[in-house]
Amino acid sequence: MPNISVTINGVNRSVREGVTILEACQTAGVEIPTLCYHPDLSLAGNCRMCLVEVEGWRTLAISCVTPVTPNMKIRTHSKKVRHARRTVLKLLLAAHNVNCPECERNGNCELQELAEKHNITVNEFQTSPKPCSFEEASPGVMRDNSRCILCTRCVRTCEELQSVAVIKPVGRSNQVRISTFMDRGLNEVPCTQCGQCINRCPTGALFETSEIRQVWEAIEDPDRFVVVQTAPAVRVGIAEALGFPTDRSTGRMVAAIRGLGVDRVLDTDFTADLTIIEEGYELIDRLKRALADGDQSAVLPMTTSCSPGWIKFIEHKYPDLLPNVSSCKSPQQMFGALAKTYLAGKENVDPSKVVCVSIMPCTAKKFEKERPEMNSSGYRDVDYVLTTRELASMIQEAGIDFANLRDEKFDKWMGDSTGAAVIFGATGGVMEAALRTAYEVVTGQEIPFNGLNITPVRGMEGIREASITMPERMAKGYEFLAGATLKVAVAHGLTNADKLMDRVRAGEVDYHFIEIMACPGGCLGGGGQPIPTTPEIRQKRAEAIYAEDSALHFRKSHANPEIQLLYAEFLKEPLGHRSHELLHTHYRTRD
Amino acid sequence: MAEMRVLTAELQPEAGAALKKALGMTAADVVFEVRESGMKGRGGAGFPTGIKWNLAGAASGADKMVICNADEGEPGTFKDRLLLEKYSMQLLEGMTIAGYAIGSSKGIIYLRAEYPYLVPAIMKARQDLIDRKLMGHFILGGNFTFDVEVRLGAGAYVCGEETSLIESLEGKRGEPRNKPPFPVNSGYLGRPTIVNNVETFVNVPHIILNGSDWYRGLGIGENTGTKLFSVSGDVEKPGVYELQMGSTIGELLDLAGAEDVQAVQVGGASGITITAGELERTLSFDDLPPGGSVIVFDRSRDMMDVLENFLEFFVHESCGQCTPCREGNVRLLDVTRSIRDGRIASREELKDFFMLAEIMKLGSKCGLGQTSPNCFVDIVTKLAELPGGKGGI
Repeated sequence: MPNISVTINGVNRSVREGVTILEACQTAGVEIPTLCYHPDLSLAGNCRMCLVEVEGWRTLAISCVTPVTPNMKIRTHSKKVRHARRTVLKLLLAAHNVNCPECERNGNCELQELAEKHNITVNEFQTSPKPCSFEEASPGVMRDNSRCILCTRCVRTCEELQSVAVIKPVGRSNQVRISTFMDRGLNEVPCTQCGQCINRCPTGALFETSEIRQVWEAIEDPDRFVVVQTAPAVRVGIAEALGFPTDRSTGRMVAAIRGLGVDRVLDTDFTADLTIIEEGYELIDRLKRALADGDQSAVLPMTTSCSPGWIKFIEHKYPDLLPNVSSCKSPQQMFGALAKTYLAGKENVDPSKVVCVSIMPCTAKKFEKERPEMNSSGYRDVDYVLTTRELASMIQEAGIDFANLRDEKFDKWMGDSTGAAVIFGATGGVMEAALRTAYEVVTGQEIPFNGLNITPVRGMEGIREASITMPERMAKGYEFLAGATLKVAVAHGLTNADKLMDRVRAGEVDYHFIEIMACPGGCLGGGGQPIPTTPEIRQKRAEAIYAEDSALHFRKSHANPEIQLLYAEFLKEPLGHRSHELLHTHYRTRD
Repeated sequence: MAEMRVLTAELQPEAGAALKKALGMTAADVVFEVRESGMKGRGGAGFPTGIKWNLAGAASGADKMVICNADEGEPGTFKDRLLLEKYSMQLLEGMTIAGYAIGSSKGIIYLRAEYPYLVPAIMKARQDLIDRKLMGHFILGGNFTFDVEVRLGAGAYVCGEETSLIESLEGKRGEPRNKPPFPVNSGYLGRPTIVNNVETFVNVPHIILNGSDWYRGLGIGENTGTKLFSVSGDVEKPGVYELQMGSTIGELLDLAGAEDVQAVQVGGASGITITAGELERTLSFDDLPPGGSVIVFDRSRDMMDVLENFLEFFVHESCGQCTPCREGNVRLLDVTRSIRDGRIASREELKDFFMLAEIMKLGSKCGLGQTSPNCFVDIVTKLAELPGGKGGI
């Protein structure tokens, strides 16, 4: 597109034709307040915060949706604009539950920030305070419509990014509310509990179901043995959640959690490595049965199972494709099952006293731990799940000076991890980790990518595919794969997953293995991660994840010393009896 | 000035005469004729019909659409109902000519939810036209094909706004779209679409038959043609009157018989409120919006009750999408009640609400919120009992 000339606040600017007034102003360094606008979503133009004056126009222009035209004269802080913004802001605040101290988003709320910036101290439109309207007990995602400003970011997130579309505006005028079919609770509709709506809510109308209180109580109970596991993406999110720039801060995270007074700080990365072994062998087994034995019951492509939002989605939307899903539990659940068996034995504690707390970048993990089948050890695999944000809140409450902590190491038995596990946090990471291990198992050689970096499966493209051709010489027992081409695909965000599974269902693709993550960017963009989220922020977190991978001594899951010990002492072999009992699961069709 | 009955004349042109003439012209000439007539849209906003058709005709995109806005929902208007009842042949012929002009073979009449009893008559008129080869496949033996269907609205006032109407037709929640794109480029199902009022289409056969010069001879200046007005309220003879554009409100009230007038609401609840001293003002796009509804209030009426009624209507009918309209109307209603009940201590208190009204006009997404504050501003300024005397803010 060629450039055109416009005038912004009296200054001539050359801007790209076709951009919106908002984009032109942002490029020019002129700030325009927005609320309903979000870089991940379609344009709604409903909040009317971004009104600007365009010379010759009868009405004010909505800068987020209005394209610039040649010689347009734009004014962003004229008297009219200033009055309009203040009026819109006051109207929103008047209809909002402004009891900020009671809100999860106090201090990180776009409405609060705008009110402060615009110095709204008196609101002549304010009537009686709006009461809270908690309306349901949903396992991961909660709503309070009294804080909702009807920007519809959540509606667009659910529909556009996730193809779930369970929330819509209902009613009209000032009685409009964002609700579900027949006003059912989120736990009674096909909500995947992914929490992407939370990440994009400008206020506190959406938030996670908190378990901070329960975790403090467990920590404070001397009779209980609190074991914490931390997911890969938390270590690149926690600094951000505490107000620092995006950075990997594994050592400080461990120190901070230990500082809370828990008994053991361990790593979900450990069970991510374990997942790679179990899932890798499951894939190889399916390939052997399908390709060498002609076994019709061996279903391909196999899809990953670590993202609980994805699992709930496929249970609702593609129940006929459930046989494609790996039977492996997610790393969180594998960890829980081992914490109450293997670890309890190693630590010589009564498994009934073990409290397993997960720190997750995810709200769907709160749903996953509640799945009734997740108790094969005789105890609930996982007792409490905290999001990255909840952990940050506990660290703040405990007065821990995160910035000045010294790096500490995870505790032993289930604390070792590899670079392969760390990259679980980014879209494509499970695929890359699985390929690093599976290729070596079947060929006896390292996968032939420079520095083990399998770049074709990396990146932020919604659906990516790659193929890897096997050498002619294979390891013993895997000769059936000699010269075969393994086709893989990666999708992140449920809309991309939806597209991909449509093609799988239609038989249009011949992949062998598919990685799916419910959230855009993978777990690093999960519903429990710091707010806000944008493509740039997710890119930074991804860079931090891959930097962590490169910095680790072990890069392949099967090289993890504690994993080797676990197999030698406890599990005996991949897909063995104990694995099946503790580490694998089954799925169900949902309406 | 007396009535000037063209659209509602006893003797109507033979069905199909205008269509025959149009099909003998090029599509561009038909658009040209309509544009030269100077006719502006009869729904109220007054966008020149010929320009709209020209844009849609020039737009790239298949399956162009002709949509008739028959969602007559403005309080106090019932003139489209009369046209739909008695002149549906002319309506369908006007839509067919529009189809020919912009290159469309498909029309939809979006009919007000309260008018379902009109459907059989409209469908009978359609069948008559099809039987006479004036609609349907190969009209008059030529290559042009055009047909219409009738779809019922669901009762939302906002669906009279053209993009909300299109959303509703697509089976979605009735809410206005962002513009651009305009419907002429991307309307119903993303197709180039014209949306015109019933009365606009009914004008078309007359313009084609008699020519744009004849049409420009009606009305005053750029306000060409005749206009239908639904007159109601405190008048002797409520009903639909057809006058030349540019007639004064006084002339219209003389026909309907109004005495002891306090105020007249012109253009419906979203229109302008004038007082007895303003009856010389004209019904034209330059002065009082000639949308079609004229409601007369005599001196026995409390205009604050009227205002409350109007604002209750807008509070009920705002779609709730954009902030100024959703939250603004309810605040104006609150303060209206305060004024009526004498709870306003000083005129100063009202300043913020006049500012609110202004911001609603400037910042709402569609015509609903942009016009709903009119009645508040007019009635409070001109007629309300305020501390220190009546009106005059």
